[in-house]
Amino acid sequence: MSGAKDTFDRLRRMFFGDSARAFGTVSLLLLISLAIAPAKDHFNEWRRYQRQYRRFLKTRADGATLEKHFEPGVQQIWLPEQGVTDRCTTCHTGVRETSLADVPTQPFRKHPAIPHTLNEFGCTPCHRGQGGATTVEEAHYSTLAWEQPILPAKYIEAGCGQCHLSAMEGTPRLNAGRQILKRYGCVNCHTVKLPDGTRVSPTDHPPSLVHVGDKTTREWIFAWIKDPKVYSSTATMPNFQFNDADASDISAFLIAQSTPAPASHAAALPVATADPTAGASLYGQSFCASCHAVQTAAGNLVGGDLGPELTKIGTKVKPQWIQAWLRNPGEYDPETKMPHYRFTDKEIAILSGFLQAKADTDFLANVHLTDATPQQIAHGKQLVTEYGCASCHEINGVKKPENFAPELTRIGSKALAQLAFAPGVSHTIHDYIAAKVRKPRAFGPGLKMPQYTLTPQQVDAVTTALLAQTDRAQTQPAAMRTAAVHESDYKPAGKAGRLINDLRCFSCHAINGRGGDMAPDLSWEGSSVQRAWLVEFLKNPNTLRPALIRRMPKFNLTDAEINALTDYMMTVYQTPAFDRDSITESQFTPAMREQGRRLYYGKFACQSCHIIDNKNDKGYIGPALWSVGSRLTPAWIYQYEKNPQALRPGTLEPNQHMTDEEARALTAFLTSLKSSGKQAAKK
Amino acid sequence: MKHRAAIAIFLTLLVGCSQKPKAPAPAAPTAYGTAIVLSGGDKQTGAVGSILDQPLVVQVNDAQNNGVAGAPVWFSGANGVSFDPPYAITDSSGQVSTTVTLGGMAGRYRLTAYTTDASNKRIEVKGDEIALGYQGTLGRALNDRYCSRCHDSESTPERVSNYDNLSTKPHPFSEGEALNKLSDDDLAAIISHGGPALSRSAEMPPFGYTLSKSDIQALIAYIRAVSDPPYRSAGIVYAKAN
Repeated sequence: MSGAKDTFDRLRRMFFGDSARAFGTVSLLLLISLAIAPAKDHFNEWRRYQRQYRRFLKTRADGATLEKHFEPGVQQIWLPEQGVTDRCTTCHTGVRETSLADVPTQPFRKHPAIPHTLNEFGCTPCHRGQGGATTVEEAHYSTLAWEQPILPAKYIEAGCGQCHLSAMEGTPRLNAGRQILKRYGCVNCHTVKLPDGTRVSPTDHPPSLVHVGDKTTREWIFAWIKDPKVYSSTATMPNFQFNDADASDISAFLIAQSTPAPASHAAALPVATADPTAGASLYGQSFCASCHAVQTAAGNLVGGDLGPELTKIGTKVKPQWIQAWLRNPGEYDPETKMPHYRFTDKEIAILSGFLQAKADTDFLANVHLTDATPQQIAHGKQLVTEYGCASCHEINGVKKPENFAPELTRIGSKALAQLAFAPGVSHTIHDYIAAKVRKPRAFGPGLKMPQYTLTPQQVDAVTTALLAQTDRAQTQPAAMRTAAVHESDYKPAGKAGRLINDLRCFSCHAINGRGGDMAPDLSWEGSSVQRAWLVEFLKNPNTLRPALIRRMPKFNLTDAEINALTDYMMTVYQTPAFDRDSITESQFTPAMREQGRRLYYGKFACQSCHIIDNKNDKGYIGPALWSVGSRLTPAWIYQYEKNPQALRPGTLEPNQHMTDEEARALTAFLTSLKSSGKQAAKK
Repeated sequence: MKHRAAIAIFLTLLVGCSQKPKAPAPAAPTAYGTAIVLSGGDKQTGAVGSILDQPLVVQVNDAQNNGVAGAPVWFSGANGVSFDPPYAITDSSGQVSTTVTLGGMAGRYRLTAYTTDASNKRIEVKGDEIALGYQGTLGRALNDRYCSRCHDSESTPERVSNYDNLSTKPHPFSEGEALNKLSDDDLAAIISHGGPALSRSAEMPPFGYTLSKSDIQALIAYIRAVSDPPYRSAGIVYAKAN
């Protein structure tokens, strides 16, 4: 003890022994403490980066020019109306320098070219991070005071989605994510509102279950609930991971609540015909594959995804139901996208027999359910209510729940303290969303969100779309947003309107802003085609594009129906841009036609995409033109050549910038290409 | 008694908290090859940070060029590129496949897959993957829409190629030998004004009245990104002082 005391005494005498020593010591300490602040400033991280940058510039050929652009000190982009104070350019000094695009890594690499400038938008609205910070740690990562680290590059399109409410060509991942939210039923349970206040609406069509007992058996429902993917690899319904007892009770309840469909089931139904050849050919002729997929023996899915996969359809549906469905799908499901085909009884017999044969005998082999007790049925109803089945499906006696799952409108900025993280998930909002989408039940026992089967790419896409749902998106000035394109609620009127609905034209065609994109937009069909051609086409639709798989089915319409449809389309679906009858064939001379032919094969090389002469022309990107003179009106041809995009936005045909004379000559030539409907059909 | 309960709780917590979910230990190699080759998944294109559509597949061979089962393969790459799994043992056909996630910077990623021979000597093979930034991603979408029908000779059931129908064959965009000789301005001229702008085939139509200038820049960025051999910009050339 005394040793320590001696040392202390010695030190005290050395530094404070007399007044001069004490004064010196205190002065020294004061000087040191005064130097701390400038020293800290000098050794700042950002100064180090700026010194590095200037050394780096010396190694480059254009370093002297870049040095002139360089401004030392803390840099800041300040956009008060957007709440942006970004000092990122303090270290990311080369971010505006075109010639630094070849630098392999940040901080000195040029920002890739995007449609926005740094000075208008700053950095953090897209990248996140702490804009005001000037250290690497604080700017990029989560700190105690900052929860929004830099977004990983794979989610960067979330930044775009805050202002751009509709799909863009440059943001495939964001578009895909928004599609998944709509198509996989996410928005049936979760409310997601766009910044313009509109709710994201689902595009899937979960079937109503009020008559499900007509359609299928309790055993099938049981197996489906247990794992929809076993029945169909393309099922969009997620797996609720019910145990056998629960799935059994639910299936019992769903059968118990089912009421008979008021359809024309009473009418005598044809007996299914087992004729695989005729069935396959009718299936092909009716272009069922345009919407329905079937798995081949090799395991490939062939067909469209507008309707459900039919690989094992015979295992699912009851024979009577499939026949009634083929007769008129709208009677069972008024909301269905499937058209009313007007099949004959014989055709129904053949097609139902063909579909019934698509069965997997193993699928229900191990399902043995005993008759359910009233208690079990009641338990089934309780489960159906608890798990929100009615959010998607219409079910007798169970009301569609409101706000069944948490609203996700601002999930991208949710405070982390409000979230319960699963073990092993890092504490950032993007990892939280991705983990939740990937495996929802890992977040705790008793959670209701079902297990989806998404590819890692799809998980990234959904996460991107949800990360776009931020506070910033909701609160920034409306002028920042680009308007969302919403589907119109256009309804055609009268008899033709009822036919258009009956044939479900909107499932494939768009008219006046409503409908699908599988087939051409018909909004201006009346200006485009000739009446006689349209009549012939509706009687016997043959494709204009040889290379196309998805085709218009034949609906077996009556002449009266065809006339009603044609009259309506020719009268109502006209463009205001020009008069259909403004150009007539009589205005064309043989010399014009010859000039048009030379332009067709020479200057504009139309044959690279279109076919006129079946023997010599090969191009098949555009529609075949061998009878275009019998199909399109001269005025449409002329206007289309002048500006294809004006009449068909997004069409592949580029605007060739033709002169009026050239367009007129080409129109003269194309108008002269005629053949009867029969010849065209043969080709 | 109190102490015992406390200790029991403490021990329970200790045990409970120490049980971290463990990934299964990687298998140990049982055999070694003498060569490693790429057998799939090379030269793919994806947006920055994306998971590539096809896995990267490599095969470890012995001296007779037969696949070696049970050989170790490691994957590595720069700039944030990641592999799942980063290490694996070859299967019965001598192959290993790994899912590649691109890094956050646009550009080319050089990936290395390596194995060791019986004497622990490293044998490696290199592959390239291409990460597209915003312009490249937009350019790819425009390519899929307007260009690939003619410039890509591969047909799929959904999209039949028009390549064979053209009397002058278009250059596939990966054909660096030809396209790298054209400057950005030349490419922009052909895209905008069609083939005749540079005395080429009129079968290449003009897109300058259909696509915007920035769309055309994006397309050029895409063409440059997928070029093989890689495109090197001439950059700014300064005269040197003697």
